[in-house]
Amino acid sequence: MAEMREKYLALDEAIARYKGTPGALMPVLQEAQNIFGYVPEDVQKIIADGLGTTLAEVYGVATFYAQFSLEPKGEYVVGVCLGTACYVKGSQKVLDRLAEELDVPVGKTTADGKFTLNATRCLGACGLAPVMMINEEVYGRLVPDDIPGIIAKYR
Amino acid sequence: MDLYRAHVLVCGGTGCTSSGSAQLIERFEQQLQEKGLEKEVKVIRTGCFGLCEAGPVVIVYPEGTFYSRVKVEDVDEIVSEHLLKGRKVQHLVYVDHATKESSIQKSLDEIGFYKLQKRVALRNCGVIDPENIDEYIAFDGYKALAKALTEMTREQVIQEIIDSGLRGRGGGGFPTGMKWKFGYNSPADQKYIACNADEGDPGAFMDRSLLEGDPHAIIEAMAIGGYAIGASEGYVYVRAEYPIAVRRLQVAIDQAKEYGLLGKNIFGTDFSFDMHIRLGAGAFVCGEETALMNSIEGKRGEPRPRPPFPAVKGLFGKPTVLNNVETYANIPQIILNGASWFKSMGAEKSPGTKVFALGGKINNTGLVEVPMGTPLRTVIYDIGGGIPNGKKLKAVQTGGPSGGCIPADKLDISIEYDTLIEIGSMMGSGGMIVMDEDNCMVDIARFFLDFTVDESCGKCTPCRVGTRRMLEILERIVEGKGEEGDIEKLETLANNIKATALCGLGQTAPNPVLSTLKYFRDEYEAHIKEKRCPAHHCQALLNYVISDKCRGCTLCAKVCPAEAISGAVRQQHVIDTTKCLKCGACIEKCRFGAISKQ
Repeated sequence: MAEMREKYLALDEAIARYKGTPGALMPVLQEAQNIFGYVPEDVQKIIADGLGTTLAEVYGVATFYAQFSLEPKGEYVVGVCLGTACYVKGSQKVLDRLAEELDVPVGKTTADGKFTLNATRCLGACGLAPVMMINEEVYGRLVPDDIPGIIAKYR
Repeated sequence: MDLYRAHVLVCGGTGCTSSGSAQLIERFEQQLQEKGLEKEVKVIRTGCFGLCEAGPVVIVYPEGTFYSRVKVEDVDEIVSEHLLKGRKVQHLVYVDHATKESSIQKSLDEIGFYKLQKRVALRNCGVIDPENIDEYIAFDGYKALAKALTEMTREQVIQEIIDSGLRGRGGGGFPTGMKWKFGYNSPADQKYIACNADEGDPGAFMDRSLLEGDPHAIIEAMAIGGYAIGASEGYVYVRAEYPIAVRRLQVAIDQAKEYGLLGKNIFGTDFSFDMHIRLGAGAFVCGEETALMNSIEGKRGEPRPRPPFPAVKGLFGKPTVLNNVETYANIPQIILNGASWFKSMGAEKSPGTKVFALGGKINNTGLVEVPMGTPLRTVIYDIGGGIPNGKKLKAVQTGGPSGGCIPADKLDISIEYDTLIEIGSMMGSGGMIVMDEDNCMVDIARFFLDFTVDESCGKCTPCRVGTRRMLEILERIVEGKGEEGDIEKLETLANNIKATALCGLGQTAPNPVLSTLKYFRDEYEAHIKEKRCPAHHCQALLNYVISDKCRGCTLCAKVCPAEAISGAVRQQHVIDTTKCLKCGACIEKCRFGAISKQ
């Protein structure tokens, strides 16, 4: 698997780049999350060895922050904002509709690996509430009936 | 420098980018080229204009015409009519919500939303291109740093900030100058100055807009702070969820280095200063200063006990001064215009201005900056344009998960750090969420506790276990299973957590419950004793009924997933409440407004 090989090379490169800088673990984990889409145990082990720390330390940090995932995510990550401004404008109903439409519980990935459904923290786009993000794309001023049409674009 | 006869400013803040402002810029540039105007008209992507509700926003200068909700299709018209022929495009010009008045004859600061604002921190946002250091310099950028380094001693800089009375805009309201003095007084071979841009309060986005709209102001302020306390390195800790802010800050740092405004011997003095960006990774507790420092050090973002305070022993064990983004945005202005200028704005104990993120059930959602001491009512009605759909205001939530709800009858309160605390809320970072009669206050309390339980780092027991117990009680209440004595249990738990939690997150976590109990106790009691939700929000406590407005069109019966609706064609239908799932599908479909929740 040439593709996997490249990913591990990219990880080695990231470790080499940050090794020695104070607080290197966080940026290296962030790079690993970007490279692999998640941070499996063998990647954590490589990071621990590379930075001269323990697997326990790396695991502790990786599980503390919401951004790091120990399981692979779907091709499209759907994040519905449950910040206050979105919540008071009905984002819970948007989230419920997505769970129904995608047939997947919040926080999980569909069986075909296509979608991961998340409830996210405030995205800072409160002016457009309620808001959701599909990968980098932001959808604002949503009502539950918008959902099927939007999801259809990604199926 | 090239001269242009007109400038088209397109908002590139997160709100407007989300509604397609990048495509607008592309289209403008293409259209201008087509009409041969590219040497006469310049298109600039700015930071946030504040009025996100009207986004995407385009302003055309020299007239200052304010176009709102502009679509890609509209660009051609603006170019061919306004920019080519000099005729404003009437139907795209912003219309004031409250007065229904078109702003066609008005300049920007005459529009209701802007008229009562005073922009100090936000002064460059929506005015300059944040990715162009020359524009920042043209607006007096880096002049304050030059003044501090070449004309003022470190002590004078600190004294100026102390005299200004500037208080931390992240929420706590601690005097910034005092913090700097503590950092200055701590002897060490290495000190750090840091910026808290881990804006986690849901509903607050001023730090994001500042970093996106005026990143150089933050860099300049941190360099001034570094000089004052004796730090040669600065860290900005910013949420990874803010990609545009991160990118613009990095661009700005690179430009400042290129211009010698960061790096060795700035302005030919012996002061050297360098900056690093560190990304958060989705942990609310990292907004707490000691947790933030742990996170920069690459550890779990758990808070440390204080003392020692960061000014003595902070980042990497060295004295560290940490301020919020908005606090920094004020610093260059104070150095340039003096402490007395700053003190002349705002209230006696809360000088200056404050940026608020207006959101929720309000007409003009967006960012506003007003002098401290402005009555809350002015912000909600005169600037915010009031509540949409003719609904009644119920409460204004400030301070995020650490704050509280201000009821409608306290709307005349003047906005200051201390007045807000007195009535059981707090300034917080400046989120201001408006709630109307349809919002259930018990559910809002549950919402915030759900947030803090999820975000509790787990280090101390009162927060880890206590908030969970509170959430369980609140969940019971909104499900109609509340019991006599629940309110008292909530109060006991709340007071114990406040008294014993390790950090600010835990100590303030019970505030949303306490403040809603204080002002909306009747709603709690209705849920518990009468099994009724006065706002008709809590699903478990609602019954759906069909009134005599029903024409018997059968649409509701068709969409009901539980087959709970029966009735003959052209006859009033009935909902079987034992089968009803309370999904609301029937209400959405009914064209006669015959179905309601009771």
